Amino acid sequence: MEALSLFVAAALDSGTVLALVALGLLINERAGVVNLGAEGMMLVGALAAFAIDVHTGSDGLGFAAGAAAGAVLAAVFGVLAIGLGANQYATGLALSLFGAGLSAFVGMPYTQAQLGARHHFAVPLLSRVPYLGAALFEHHPLVYVALALAVAEAWFLFRSRAGLLLRAIGESPESAYALGHPVRRLRFASVLVGGAFAGLGGAYVSLVHTPLWVEGMTAGKGWIALALTTFGVWRPYRILLGAYLFGAITMLDFYLQGRGIQVSTQLLSMLPYLATIGVLVMTSRNAAFVRVNMPASLGKPFRPE
Amino acid sequence: MSSSSRLRRLRHPSTAFPTFVAGLVAMTLSACQRHDESKAGPVGAVSSPATAASGTAAGPFKVAFAYVGPVGDAGWTFAHDKARRAMQQALGPAVVTSFVENVPEAADAERVIRDMASQGNRLIFGTTFGYMEPMLKVAEDFKDVRFEHATGYKTAENLRTYDSRTYEGAYMVGVLAGGVTKSSTLGVVASIPIPEVIRNIDSFTLGAQSVNPRVKTKVVWVNKWFDPPKEGEAAQALLNAGADVLMQNTDSSAVLQTAEKNGKYGFGWDSDMSKFGPNAHLASAVIDWSPYYEKAVSDAMSGKWSTGATWWGVKEGAIDVVSISGKVPEDVRKKLSEVRAGLKDGSFTIWKGPIAEQSGKEVLKASESADDKFLHAINFYVKGVEGTLPSSK
Amino acid sequence: MLRLERREQPPRALVAAAPLLALLVTAAVGAVLFALLGADPLRGLALFFVEPLGSAGALAELAIKSTPLILVALGLSLCFRASVWNIGAEGQFIVGAIAGGGVAIHVGAHPPRVIVLAVLAAGAAGGALWASIPAYLRHRFQASEILVSLMLVYVAELLLDYLVYGPWKDPEGFNFPQTILFPAATRVPRLVDGLRTNIGLPIALVAALVVWVFLFRTARGFELDVFGAAPRAARYAGFPERRTFFTALLGAGALAGLAGALEAAGPLGQLTPHVPAGYGFAGIIVAFVGRLHPLGVVLSSVAMSLFYIGGELAQSRLGFPKSLTLVFQGLLLFALLACDSLVHYRVRRRPAPVPPANAGWAARRPPAG
Repeated sequence: MEALSLFVAAALDSGTVLALVALGLLINERAGVVNLGAEGMMLVGALAAFAIDVHTGSDGLGFAAGAAAGAVLAAVFGVLAIGLGANQYATGLALSLFGAGLSAFVGMPYTQAQLGARHHFAVPLLSRVPYLGAALFEHHPLVYVALALAVAEAWFLFRSRAGLLLRAIGESPESAYALGHPVRRLRFASVLVGGAFAGLGGAYVSLVHTPLWVEGMTAGKGWIALALTTFGVWRPYRILLGAYLFGAITMLDFYLQGRGIQVSTQLLSMLPYLATIGVLVMTSRNAAFVRVNMPASLGKPFRPE
Repeated sequence: MSSSSRLRRLRHPSTAFPTFVAGLVAMTLSACQRHDESKAGPVGAVSSPATAASGTAAGPFKVAFAYVGPVGDAGWTFAHDKARRAMQQALGPAVVTSFVENVPEAADAERVIRDMASQGNRLIFGTTFGYMEPMLKVAEDFKDVRFEHATGYKTAENLRTYDSRTYEGAYMVGVLAGGVTKSSTLGVVASIPIPEVIRNIDSFTLGAQSVNPRVKTKVVWVNKWFDPPKEGEAAQALLNAGADVLMQNTDSSAVLQTAEKNGKYGFGWDSDMSKFGPNAHLASAVIDWSPYYEKAVSDAMSGKWSTGATWWGVKEGAIDVVSISGKVPEDVRKKLSEVRAGLKDGSFTIWKGPIAEQSGKEVLKASESADDKFLHAINFYVKGVEGTLPSSK
Repeated sequence: MLRLERREQPPRALVAAAPLLALLVTAAVGAVLFALLGADPLRGLALFFVEPLGSAGALAELAIKSTPLILVALGLSLCFRASVWNIGAEGQFIVGAIAGGGVAIHVGAHPPRVIVLAVLAAGAAGGALWASIPAYLRHRFQASEILVSLMLVYVAELLLDYLVYGPWKDPEGFNFPQTILFPAATRVPRLVDGLRTNIGLPIALVAALVVWVFLFRTARGFELDVFGAAPRAARYAGFPERRTFFTALLGAGALAGLAGALEAAGPLGQLTPHVPAGYGFAGIIVAFVGRLHPLGVVLSSVAMSLFYIGGELAQSRLGFPKSLTLVFQGLLLFALLACDSLVHYRVRRRPAPVPPANAGWAARRPPAG
């Protein structure tokens, strides 16, 4: 039982990275923009956060720097894909390559550096609850931020005017434009938000999850986060659940090994990806369901003339 | 690509392209008739056969290194590079070194190594197993250049292998682990199930059992040499399963950092990782390649180089355990010193029977010592290691 | 507010020049970077653009590096022209290598020389099979081919790992994850003795020709293009949508798989976990930089290979870090996308026009009052 509660804790920790990034990407995707540069934004965010933390000793500044770095890189994407109407998929890919290279390059002096002592967080009282306490209440604040983010986004997207506008832009930018809304400016803003959260997710990796810097340290998590938005059919709670599920499956392999159960690790490692395809198939089967949830203009450039 | 311009082009295709391709194909096929006389360097300046053959080249002796990972990995590659710099320092301006990092263990490796050979390097070090085939191919084409392959098993007239007895380091930190652990459960974050790694897991366990016979070792395989997030997650899983001292056979400091995060203990591997876990770090099992590099380069320069397989350990100064923390009790520390001294003068053998494998079957009889052949082929867990080896068939 | 105004007829010269312009911009930024890193900018540029072309051996290496890129990017250009977003070419490459390698290690030690054809055919078949999964799932369940093909990349990598760690591991290999070395007869023949270039290069060029013929001289190719450019018009004209995206995906899969088999039976000579070399993803950039046209693809593959090799040379000669190569690739694509956009659109500074009150969505609302 104790091992199980620790497993849940590990799954939450691993899933939070994915949740932060995917929920951020949800914002720009709901506005109709696909940014495949998630991996690059996460990496620059991870490096920025680590570097600032090394120099200032402050985690808070580190997280802020990570978010800012992600947003700056996203801005480059925005200028090209929204400002100049370039192909979103190609631009996003270029961004992920560039971000990976840039972070590796600039980060070279930091591979030998290390941060100050890491805090151990625990919610007072609740963390003493047997089993549940260890599973749920001994996490870094960002884990709870991710949860709150999902709640906030659900409210924002489906219960607020601003969210309605965002979704309208995603469904039909032409119509929104005809109504006088500054579609491109709002899309750009949504891209910045997405980038900031991707950077924040990266910062979580380099400050909390594995407190060090090494090039390429996000190891594909950005791509999984991209898959999560589709996996969760562009709905915040489903995305959150998907993120934790992925985190759990990632940890499952090691958890089983730690218990002495030997399953072929490669076959086990395939699970998250096969699961994504499975859910994708199930949710896409109902074309009407997808049409209702997927932003209709996703990936298409909008060029007012 | 704008849609209207594409549609417009559909109506007016040009014939420029087929002509171009036809031309290219003709050119490449006609190249088949010619045979390239010089088999020397593909890229860049080629050292002429004359100077290459003679032992004395004008100018400093050029040595090149190919690394599989980044110099900043704080582990395996860092250790090689540190040794390269030490060797350069020791041998002075008579030697000039260079390196290429992040060379993948695939087709690209051949190109990089071939380029090194054609650039006038007289001695080339390939620091990972996966360069074996590429190095063999290049060695065949550059008979006057010498090649050194780390951790491999194939040699040639001008290619030899070298390795370090990392299992001695594993045994020594095992002694410390056995003396420090309170839960009698140890954890190893292992990379790839090759004999070297399995041998290290076993040696670690044997070392721990020598001070604490009840010790058990749990193993998690990450199937990568270097993947900090995965290494950290594997470490967490081991800690969650009850281990309180961790060892690793992977290349980053993530395992130690995770131990630090959880208030448990860990060791540095390949390089001194003490600063990555101020509270968790008990000691680091380090490899010092510089004695070997100095000897290899000096031998090559003075014409004494010859092929073979070298496997150095504590005795030759290649393996050591450093930065031992104050948290280690005095008696355990003393035991470690004894072991180290015994390894240094050859009086102590780690793999000496009776040693039983996991199922209880004896693999080494009492007082029987394992030879290098036995050590190279270790493919079993010793008693005390939990779990099943990822098997081949 | 900056506005984009479409140019009616972008001058063809400018359209063709855009990639070159992008290359120049990247080279200029590169020169600045070299200078900042303390190296001679001209020497740096020479390492990237001149030295890899400087000798027969160098050209051979360039060919070896470009061949898989050409093949993969050709297939991707088919897909992208049809607006089928196949991001999983890397997975198709891997499965092609597995299929080709599988044939090579199971035919015994001295098969007839024609076995090479079987190896390559198996590679193409394997890649096509892998690509048929996203094609089928899209056809049957409208599942996004982007994500399915991407997820299958990871699955393919793990499948390769499973095989080389398990059933296909060389029993004499000291338990290292690798297959036996392929028997000599199954290896892809070289073009010239002493150089690494093999028949992959002419195969790739012939493939480019075939794709060109397909796209510009056949009805199916035309249909594919129309689906990408104006899908509604295509459907209205009765073009078969399912056949089109199957053709695109299977074609791309076969080409990527062929590239994989060529790599495994060529320079590698065995299967190891290191078969995936990122060609599937680099191919996406190559396809775009080559404007999805076979000629462009060939040229941009060469350019991209220059970057790869130049990056290695910069490392060993100037001590530059490997990350620079990635930075350059990203920069190149950025520059290209920007130039491309500017070629097709003019940037004007003018106030945002007031949308006409009687047009579009707004017009369909019932009049107020």
